[in-house]
Amino acid sequence: MKTVFERTEGLKDNETHYCPGCTHGIIHRLVAETLEELGALERTVGVASVGCSVLAYDYFNCDMTQAAHGRAPAVATGIKRVLPDDRLVFTYQGDGDLASIGMGEIVHSAARSENITVIFVNNAIYGMTGGQMAPTSLIGQKTATSPGGRTPRAQGLPIRVSEMLATLDGSTYIERVSTHNVPHIIKAKKAIRKAFETQEKQQGFSLIEVLSTCPTNWGLTPEESLDWVRDEMIPYYPLGIYKDIRKEREGV
Amino acid sequence: MGKVLMKGNEVIGEAAIHAGCVYFFGYPITPQSELVAYMAKRLPEVNGLFLQAESEVAAINMVYGAASAGVRVMTSSSSPGFSLKQEGISYLAGAELPAVIVNIGRGGPGLGNIQPAQSDYFQVTKGGGHGDYYTPVLAPSTLQEIIELTSEAFRIADDYRTPVILLGDGMLGQMMEPVEFRDIKEKEFKEKEWATSGTEGDGPPRVITSLDLSDIKLEERNNRLQEKYSKIKKQEIKVESLYTEDAEHIVIAYGTVARMVQSAIEKAREEGMKIGLIRPVTLWPFPSEVISRISEDVKGILAVEMSAGQMVEDVRLAVEGKTPVSFYGRTGGVIPSVEEIYEAIKKLGKGVTA
Repeated sequence: MKTVFERTEGLKDNETHYCPGCTHGIIHRLVAETLEELGALERTVGVASVGCSVLAYDYFNCDMTQAAHGRAPAVATGIKRVLPDDRLVFTYQGDGDLASIGMGEIVHSAARSENITVIFVNNAIYGMTGGQMAPTSLIGQKTATSPGGRTPRAQGLPIRVSEMLATLDGSTYIERVSTHNVPHIIKAKKAIRKAFETQEKQQGFSLIEVLSTCPTNWGLTPEESLDWVRDEMIPYYPLGIYKDIRKEREGV
Repeated sequence: MGKVLMKGNEVIGEAAIHAGCVYFFGYPITPQSELVAYMAKRLPEVNGLFLQAESEVAAINMVYGAASAGVRVMTSSSSPGFSLKQEGISYLAGAELPAVIVNIGRGGPGLGNIQPAQSDYFQVTKGGGHGDYYTPVLAPSTLQEIIELTSEAFRIADDYRTPVILLGDGMLGQMMEPVEFRDIKEKEFKEKEWATSGTEGDGPPRVITSLDLSDIKLEERNNRLQEKYSKIKKQEIKVESLYTEDAEHIVIAYGTVARMVQSAIEKAREEGMKIGLIRPVTLWPFPSEVISRISEDVKGILAVEMSAGQMVEDVRLAVEGKTPVSFYGRTGGVIPSVEEIYEAIKKLGKGVTA
């Protein structure tokens, strides 16, 4: 019998704790497959952040360090700067972690063009803490801390992280992708691979923003959640490449 | 290598390099900024790395990353900036990562000022951040002692897998003294098999974390930490005693203030007063036993600090009421003069407590 699908070596044989319909599992697999394909698992250090993905170290089959809320890019900087250049270092962060409490660390890591890869999972809500408003929550979105729906006057406007970081001269490769259907998952995989290759070639800071679901806290079914990404998130967070100066960074 | 004239902050930097630390993540704040500048200039010369972080918070987390990758690493700050590092120090303690953090204290609370103070004693000796943890705290009183204690700080950090604090004040950081770096041999360090530096195919992946969702497991981890702290208390207490053999009264002081206290004691002894000095070199673990023992033989103890009275609480705990404990202190960056310490010493034995 021909094997058509196998568990990637990039993931440990552990059951994840993610809710049904959450796309963290898919994104984990895309990162893990990429590391396996690059033959990099034994020379990679991942940094888990705080939030739903805090236990990422139980899933990724490489050395992992867990960072304080928002500080993953600083921790990754420390790891990357003291290890040999062939080591790949990535952070895996949600939107509360990266775009709220960790905004300083992500901006300055990009500005320094730290040669790290950031997997930024944006589901427009705080998941782990129980569905509070995130900096990326959409206008009108009802959350535990914006029960009447987010309004620009009371809670401010959502932050487009990829667009913002792309304005920094330091950032090298930034792309926003989605996981709401198979073609987009395939595109997401390609983007993640490009990001790790950017690091592999010493070209500097790479970040992939992955639009993701949170059926539990959105109060939607898994299927409705996928539609919500398509119909509500993508119009505000358009997909595409926001920065690609890999050529300029060759040999830098 | 003979004696060289250096500034305290620079001595810390050079001492760290001599102790095999070539990675430094810093952020400017007076009165420790010379250390940051020294490392920026010096570390590239020894194939090390200096990085100026965007904040104290980022700097301590870079230290967390570098320590998790298995290298000797340092950061430094002064009181307000040190407060910002507390979250990271708690994580270092929880994840059992070795690192050395320097605090060149200044007047507080809040922004305070940039003059020397010892008012961060509570913060550094009682954990400081959240959770049940302690950090060893070493408090040099001379620039030569900085060299010895910086090296000790890295050894203790590695031996026990713990963050260690080197505590000075603005005076120690800013003063100049001749120092000698005696040991400049290349050092071999024990390999850190737990470090997350890429497995290189050697065994299963490693994890550095301070998280345990299971209450029972977290309690086990905490018990392990407490066992480690007991071991440190048993093995790492350092204290200097001077003129204590015939002493009727004892003055207790640490860091730079202990030097002024020593001068005041010497003056008092010339006047025939039998005064001794106890200088805690480690503030945590605190030399409680030495103080407890001597409190049985003396008529009174005076604690002198550049604070409103912080270490004196540990002195009282050690003394357990066996002898009267008085306190003299100046705050806000005011350095007590030898004369005023002498006046405080003179009141000892007259039943007057400050």
